[in-house]
Amino acid sequence: MATLTEAPPPLTPTAPEKKPPRKRGRFTPYWLLLPGILWLLVFFALPMIYQASTSVQTGSLEEGYKVTWHLATYWDALSQYWPQFLRSILYAGAATVLCLVLGYPLAYLIAFRAGRWRNLIMILVIAPFFTSFLIRTLAWKTILADSGPVVSTLNTLHVLDVTNWLGWTAGDRVLATPLAVVCGLTYNFLPFMILPLYTSLERIDGRLHEAAGDLYAKPVTTFRKVTFPLSMPGVVSGTLLTFIPAAGDYVNADLLGSTDTRMVGNVIQTQFLRILDYPTAAALSFILMAAILFMVTLYIRRSGTEDLV
Amino acid sequence: MTFVNWLKRHLVVIAGLITLGYLLLPNVVVTVFSFNKPKGRFNYQWQQFSLDAWKDPCGVADMCGSLSISLQIAFWATIGATALGTMIAFALVRYRFRARGAVNSLIFLPMAMPEVVMAASLLTLFLNMGAQLGFWTILIAHIMFCLSFVVTAVKARVMSMDPRLEQAAQDLYAGPLQTFLRVTLPIAAPGIAAGALLAFALSFDDFIITNFNAGSTVTFPMFVWGSAQRGTPVQINVIGTTMFLVAVLLVLGSMVVSNRRNKQKPL
Repeated sequence: MATLTEAPPPLTPTAPEKKPPRKRGRFTPYWLLLPGILWLLVFFALPMIYQASTSVQTGSLEEGYKVTWHLATYWDALSQYWPQFLRSILYAGAATVLCLVLGYPLAYLIAFRAGRWRNLIMILVIAPFFTSFLIRTLAWKTILADSGPVVSTLNTLHVLDVTNWLGWTAGDRVLATPLAVVCGLTYNFLPFMILPLYTSLERIDGRLHEAAGDLYAKPVTTFRKVTFPLSMPGVVSGTLLTFIPAAGDYVNADLLGSTDTRMVGNVIQTQFLRILDYPTAAALSFILMAAILFMVTLYIRRSGTEDLV
Repeated sequence: MTFVNWLKRHLVVIAGLITLGYLLLPNVVVTVFSFNKPKGRFNYQWQQFSLDAWKDPCGVADMCGSLSISLQIAFWATIGATALGTMIAFALVRYRFRARGAVNSLIFLPMAMPEVVMAASLLTLFLNMGAQLGFWTILIAHIMFCLSFVVTAVKARVMSMDPRLEQAAQDLYAGPLQTFLRVTLPIAAPGIAAGALLAFALSFDDFIITNFNAGSTVTFPMFVWGSAQRGTPVQINVIGTTMFLVAVLLVLGSMVVSNRRNKQKPL
C-alpha cells in the first residue's frame, strides 16, 4: 500500500452516491431496465391488481366469480379472523424483539471482537441458509419435544410454571404452544437481523470508540451514545426484514404450533388452497398488506431513516 | 469477584456465542439424526445409531426426484434473475433517467411484501390466465422474487466502484465493449456472484410461493413439508447435512481462492 505514491482518496462505503457521468446512448438505461421491469410488472404488479379485483368479487367456484364491489368481504374477513391477525402481529413483534436482542451481540462480536475468527463465524451464520429451512424447523420438533431436554430443564427451573401462567405454554409442553412458534420464528429470521446489523456496525470507525473512551465514557455509555445510534440503519432494516416476513409466515405456526396458534398466513393458505374461497383469501391478503404497510411507514417515520431503499 | 469481572469483560462474546449456538443447534440435530434408526414413521426421537440412510440416500420414493426438480428450478431461476437483475442494477447506478424513483420502489416492494401475499396474488393471475401450474409457473415466480435481491447485491458493489477506472480505460482507447468486459465486469463480479448465490439459495429453499403455484409438481421443500405430515424419512436429514457441508466448503473454498489472489497481487 505504501508504495502507491499518488494514492486516490479512499472510498468510504458510506459515501453518498456519486453523480454518474453522462453517457452517450440516451435510451441505454431503458433497454437495460426493460426485461427485468417488465417481468416485475407482469408477475408482481399485475397479480396485485388481479387480487384487488378478486377481493371485491362474489360468486361461487361452480358458477364463477363476478366483480360486484362487494366490500363487505373485507368486513366479514376482519370480524371473523381478527384473533389470527392480532396473533400474527404479536408473534412477529415478539420474534423481532428477540431477534434484535439475540442478534445484536453476535453482529457486534463479528464486527469488532472476532479477529481472525470473523470469516468462520460469518460462514456459520450464512451456511444454515443453504440447508432447507423446513428441515431445520422440523429439527425444533425434536429439540422442544415433550420428553426432550428443553422441556425437562424448563420444568426443573420452574420456568414452565411462569410461562404457563403467562399463557405462553400449556401444561408440561412447549411444542404446540405460542412459545414454540415464537421460538421458531425468531430462529428462522435471525440471519435477516444479523446481516444488516453487521453491515452497519462494520462501517463504524473504530477510532470513535477510542475517542469516547478518551473522553472518559464507560463502555455502556459508549455503546448507548456512539455505537447504537450509529447502527440505527441496521437496526431499522433488520427489524423490517424480520417483522414483515414473520407476520406473513405460516410454516412455523403450522409445524410447531397448534390450532390455537394459527396466524393470518395459515388462514390465507387454507382459504386459498383448501376451501377455495378466493374473495375472502384475497381480502385477507390485502388487509395484511395494508396493516404491514401502515406499521412500517409509522415505524420508519419514527426512527427517521427514510433512505432505506 | 474476578469471575464477575471476567464475565463483564466478555459479556458480548458470550452472548454472541450463545446466539451462534442457537443458530446452529438445529443443524447439529439434523446431522445427529441422520445417523438414527427410527422406530416409527417419524424421525423425531433418538433410537439407535445406523448408517442406513447415508448408504442409501435416494432410498425414499420421490425424494431425489423432487431434489432434482428443485435444483433445476434454482439453476434457471438464478440465471434468469442474475441476468435481469444485473442489467437493472447497472441502469440504476450508472444512469440518471426519469422514473428512477418508480423503478426503485418497484424493486423494493417484492422484498417488503409478505410471501403469502405475493404467492396468493400470483396464483390469482395464473388462474385467471388459465395457465397450467407446474415447472414453468414455479420458475416464473422464483425469477420474480429473486430479482430484487440480485439488484440490491449488485447495486451495492457497483456503487462502491470507482468510475474513474472506466474513464481511465477509455482514455487508453478501450472501446465501450472492451471497457465493460475487461474493467467493469471483473470489478462487479463479486457483487454479481453474491447476488447469484443468494438467488440460488432463495429459490432452492422457497416453500410458500412454490406451494401456491406448483400445481402437482413437487419440489424438495414441498416434499419435506409433506413428509412432516406423512412421516419423515431419515434421508431428509442426510440431504440437510450434505447441503450444510457443501455450503461451508464452497464458502471456505472461495475465501481461500480470493485470499491467494490478493497475495499474488503485487502492490
